[in-house]
Amino acid sequence: MSMDSPVAAVSFRGVARHFGVVRAVDGVDLDIAPGEFFAMLGPSGSGKTTCLRLIAGFEQPTAGTIAIFGEAVAGVPPYRRPVNTVFQDYALFPHMNVLANVCYGLSIRGMARAEREKRGREALALVKLAGMETRRPAELSGGQRQRVALARALVVRPKVLLLDEPLGALDLKLREDMQGELKTLHRTLGLTFVFVTHDQGEALSMADRVAVFNDGRIVQVGSPEDVYERPRTRFVADFVGSSNVIEAATAKAWIGADRAASLRPEKISLLAAGALAPADAVTVEGRVTEVLYHGAVRRIELETSAGRLVAAVPATSGGEASAGATVRLAFPRAALHVMDGP
Amino acid sequence: MSAAETEIPPPRDSLLRRISDVLASHHGFYIFLLLLPPLLWLGIVYLGSLFALLAESFFYIDDFSGVVVRQPTLATYGELFQSANFAVIERTVAIALAVTLLAIIVAFPIAYYAARYARGRLKAAFYVLILMPLWSSYLVKVYAWKLLLAKEGAIGWVFDQFGAGRVLDAILNVPVIGGPALSTSYIGMVLVFLYLWIPYMILPVQAALERVPNSFVEASADLGATPRQTFWKVILPLAAPGVVAGAIFTFSLTLGDYIVPEIVGPSSPILGQVVYIQQGTAGNIPLAAAFSVAPIVIMGVLLTIARRTGAFEAL
Repeated sequence: MSMDSPVAAVSFRGVARHFGVVRAVDGVDLDIAPGEFFAMLGPSGSGKTTCLRLIAGFEQPTAGTIAIFGEAVAGVPPYRRPVNTVFQDYALFPHMNVLANVCYGLSIRGMARAEREKRGREALALVKLAGMETRRPAELSGGQRQRVALARALVVRPKVLLLDEPLGALDLKLREDMQGELKTLHRTLGLTFVFVTHDQGEALSMADRVAVFNDGRIVQVGSPEDVYERPRTRFVADFVGSSNVIEAATAKAWIGADRAASLRPEKISLLAAGALAPADAVTVEGRVTEVLYHGAVRRIELETSAGRLVAAVPATSGGEASAGATVRLAFPRAALHVMDGP
Repeated sequence: MSAAETEIPPPRDSLLRRISDVLASHHGFYIFLLLLPPLLWLGIVYLGSLFALLAESFFYIDDFSGVVVRQPTLATYGELFQSANFAVIERTVAIALAVTLLAIIVAFPIAYYAARYARGRLKAAFYVLILMPLWSSYLVKVYAWKLLLAKEGAIGWVFDQFGAGRVLDAILNVPVIGGPALSTSYIGMVLVFLYLWIPYMILPVQAALERVPNSFVEASADLGATPRQTFWKVILPLAAPGVVAGAIFTFSLTLGDYIVPEIVGPSSPILGQVVYIQQGTAGNIPLAAAFSVAPIVIMGVLLTIARRTGAFEAL
């Protein structure tokens, strides 16, 4: 993998973490550049959280080496690592108020009270929680707790900030707001952010690069566009944005490829009756089995000669397609991305 | 499927269902019925006898006739503060404090291990081991300890076998807490109390520790705290309600016991024994009642202090 910087913020070389016979992480190589917003994306049990815990030091690798800014961290306990974590359940200390929670790391380091409280207040202002200092965690909403957890991790100036499903417990609206704020924070602070999520939308919208995990391995690393537009395997095609997979036989007939191809639902359009297909497009006839209205788009499930296909068309069109109808579909040849696997 | 097939008949009506209907729509009445038996028990049997006792303590006994004079007076309480009687209270509180502190020290590591590390079968075995002493008779256990602690008993024998008989003698030579043998010293008495009440300390402390999620410990380490700092700043404060609950058990159980000091320990009586003697052989019910009020007051004061220090806040 080519890197701009000579020293990676976090690097994994052949890292494995086995729990008995369970291979939670099984041979991961990874370089996260300084200042990068890096997402680890995968279903539950894919090893992404274990990787995060390996960086934090809560787990030790069974094999391989991990380095943080060039320093091997084998055997280094969490409290000696220059990384901090925002926990999935926030893990705010219930017996301390908000300010004491935020200042915890500083008081552990023996910083004088006045100085640490000043910094604590600054950190709270950074996450827009000024004025909440004396509240107890139990008195805060989920979104506010999340911000306290963020302030508590940032106030000790980590070199790498680790976020474990940071938005998982928030409702949709709050999640979208927080995505924007995390992105802004990342830009203003210039820190390396590593965040774990099972939500592909979150990973694509926030990260500079995404690593897609499955069964303890990384199946693809790349920019969000890379991962979304050019999935390397069926798993990535399906997990990141639920793509259509066109089997090798059909792909061969359509574009002469000898391997399976992925086709994003939104690349497929419905042809009006009698309309001519655009040049360089593949057309296929299909019977509509279900139509799901999603607000911005309409998802149309179809049975075609190429198997089951899903098309996502702008909700302003496609109204004529209803279950049972026969429609003609078209998509550009270039929309078919031939994957690595068979 | 036809509609007739899928139709489910309504539940059959019965007297019990009608009673349920009434209770479901009169929630207050339902709660009243639920609480009536325990409130009757607590109100009449427990609080009633407690107040009868309290009332008795304001009477006094006629020195000549030995008859209880039912006239309100503070004379009996004055008697309580006479040096010999007050020494009993002091002695008892000191023993109860020693038992409680030792119980915290002994129980905490056990509870900590059980809560944070033991899993599955090991945890089941732990519960059995902790609770097993509660299955056998209290008296049998105390007499067993008397034999273990006796001059020629097993503990002394073990010390002798390791050539540490002098160590035991040195311990027994410590003024106040020592004595001719372990079984007749305060050390022995405290050991027996410690053994008897330790499950009551372990269980609440363990329950409190179980409620400290591992992520708190990890978050603390993540923020730079060593395991020792994490213990003092996160684990112990969060386990405090459990420690206080356990301390209330061990302290009050010791304060009220009158059988262990009869069998193990020196001859000077402690509170429970004095109450027993006063209401029995001495026939001085008012003084026995006044003595009985002492642990109630002491526990009240301790609970207030515990609440003030915020020990219950993390509940």
